[in-house]
Amino acid sequence: MTDAATLFGLCAAGLVGLGVYALIVNPQPLRKILAFNVVGNGVFVLFGAVAYGGGALGWGGDPVPQALLITGIVVAFSATALAVALLLRLFDETGSATLASDAPAKPDADAGEA
Amino acid sequence: MTTTPGGLLLVLAVLVPFVGVLAGFALGGRNAQRVATLTILAGAGVAIAIAAAMARSGDALVYLLGGWAPPLGIALRADGLALVMMLAVAVVILGIGVYARADFGTPAAVREARAPLVFWTLLLAIWGSLNLVFVSGDLFTLYVALELLTFAAVPLVSLDGKADTLRAALRYLLYALLGSVFYLLGAVLLYGAYGTLDIQLLSQRIVPEPATLAAAALMTAGLLAKTALFPLHLWLPPAHAGAPAAASAVLSGLVIKGSWFLVVRLWFNVFPGVVNLQSAQLLAALGAGAILVGNVVALRQERLKLLVAYSTVAQIGYLFLMFPLAFGAAAGLDASDALTGGMLQAISHATAKAAMFMAAGLIYLALGHDRIAGLAGVARALPVSVLTFALAGAALMGLPPSGAYVAKKLFFDAAAGSGQWWWELVLDVGGLLTASYVVLVLAHALCPAADPIEPRKPVSRMAEGAALALALCSLLLGFVADGAISLDALSSALTLSDLWSAILLVVGGGALAAALGHRLPPLAVGDAVVALGRPLRRAMLAAGGMLAWTDGMLRQWPVAGLALIAVAIAFGAAILTGR
Repeated sequence: MTDAATLFGLCAAGLVGLGVYALIVNPQPLRKILAFNVVGNGVFVLFGAVAYGGGALGWGGDPVPQALLITGIVVAFSATALAVALLLRLFDETGSATLASDAPAKPDADAGEA
Repeated sequence: MTTTPGGLLLVLAVLVPFVGVLAGFALGGRNAQRVATLTILAGAGVAIAIAAAMARSGDALVYLLGGWAPPLGIALRADGLALVMMLAVAVVILGIGVYARADFGTPAAVREARAPLVFWTLLLAIWGSLNLVFVSGDLFTLYVALELLTFAAVPLVSLDGKADTLRAALRYLLYALLGSVFYLLGAVLLYGAYGTLDIQLLSQRIVPEPATLAAAALMTAGLLAKTALFPLHLWLPPAHAGAPAAASAVLSGLVIKGSWFLVVRLWFNVFPGVVNLQSAQLLAALGAGAILVGNVVALRQERLKLLVAYSTVAQIGYLFLMFPLAFGAAAGLDASDALTGGMLQAISHATAKAAMFMAAGLIYLALGHDRIAGLAGVARALPVSVLTFALAGAALMGLPPSGAYVAKKLFFDAAAGSGQWWWELVLDVGGLLTASYVVLVLAHALCPAADPIEPRKPVSRMAEGAALALALCSLLLGFVADGAISLDALSSALTLSDLWSAILLVVGGGALAAALGHRLPPLAVGDAVVALGRPLRRAMLAAGGMLAWTDGMLRQWPVAGLALIAVAIAFGAAILTGR
């Protein structure tokens, strides 16, 4: 049982790492939104692993994290919806979806500036 | 633990604003504003009732949801800290509610306009979320409350629907989400280690071990990102400067206090046995960076609203200076005078900054622009607004008898008591820099114009009055605080030495403004001084340019993302090495 929890924990760490990397490196807002979801899922998997391992209480299958997790998923979903709505509105206004506004417009402004 | 008498009021404090949100949406149109007015009055009544109930019982109010005690159930709990924040927020919301009637009335010709409907409902949503942040006794409920706060705040940034403000809103949302994911990760680690998220139970069970340490570092860093403490402030200036004035006042005065309050909760109530002096020094060092960079960059702005926004970046720094000062002689954080000072600073800033944004908004409305160099003559056209700006500025500088002045006194005492003289230096330099941009703006505003200004739009007397009232609240807060915490700081408030230091502050600020500001106020300096000061000014401008460049770099997304991780690691290291 502990092994499964460890495995899930490692998966969670991997997801969080990937997501944070993408969130920082990718300049496109849509990818940032997806990356946020990857990080969020990593945290949720970790919570699942904590519940499965029983955590401090030592029960197998602690139900409290499951309840919190569902709330967390709802929050993440609302956040994604809000971000996508803003992005669509931005696209309607400007015809492009980029966050690079107050960076000084350089002729060689390439990737990396989000 | 049981529900105390009056505990139900805590539920009302959260519920009343949210009922207002739903009713406002359901009824729609101009009813949203009517609902908001009623809700604001009702909510203020609830806040006063909570204060009365706490004064009667002399202890914290507790409400157990469904009658289940933690760890199974969830508790709402209001202590003194929560109470003062709730009262302060109620006052500021009241002021903003009066001010915004002029800006966000629904025009007579239409049934429903987008901006007013959104503004009034989200104003209530922000209030409800803030009250939830203040009374939650549970780290997960706090997470939900913080997210609600962010979701309510982000649309306020882009109320006018222009591309720039949409971009600012999206940046704000994404960075805040990154911060809250860090916070949630920390909460999960704590649950894994201790099997509860209730603040009181956690504080009894918590021991310094790797999981706790990681949780403390992650949660602190995540919350700092949401508070926009330097160097994690990339989203704040465009978001706060681009929003309509009433919304800026909410965002700058209130919203950032939510996540700041949570840092205070965590450090003083959850982690007092885990955090140490080193990590507190790090927190205050970031604050000092905020004060230096924020103030200098504010001084270099050409637009008034951006100046005020950068002043917020700096003032957030002050809010974090109390942490090392609160480490008393006994090892560990305790609820000392420094904490009182920090709370005073927060309330003082909430009222003063809201008033300042309101005044800037009125000036913008009348002139049609807010370029600082073009402010000449505005003091004649809008005397009340300029007076409001000056009073709010005086409150931010910490002139007596403002709340910030009492806070500064408390900080000085704590610094002297614990031998941390360097924070006194930071406070002094910060006050001087604050004075400099206030003097700069006033020097321009007080200049006579070549021809008198005709306001483009009539300025609402009520809006001017609301802004002035908030500025006066901030300036007179010292008297209230004096009654409440019975310290003798104010009895010496009007002694000669304090008068001198106030004059010195203003004169020094003027000199700094002349040296560092982009455009010299035309009446401030004579030719001889200019000739003498030219090399000095060149050096100062170069230094200011360096700081502005640093600020620009830090506000690039990749840099800010890495900075967040670096801050988290630095806190982890500071806590680890201190033991």
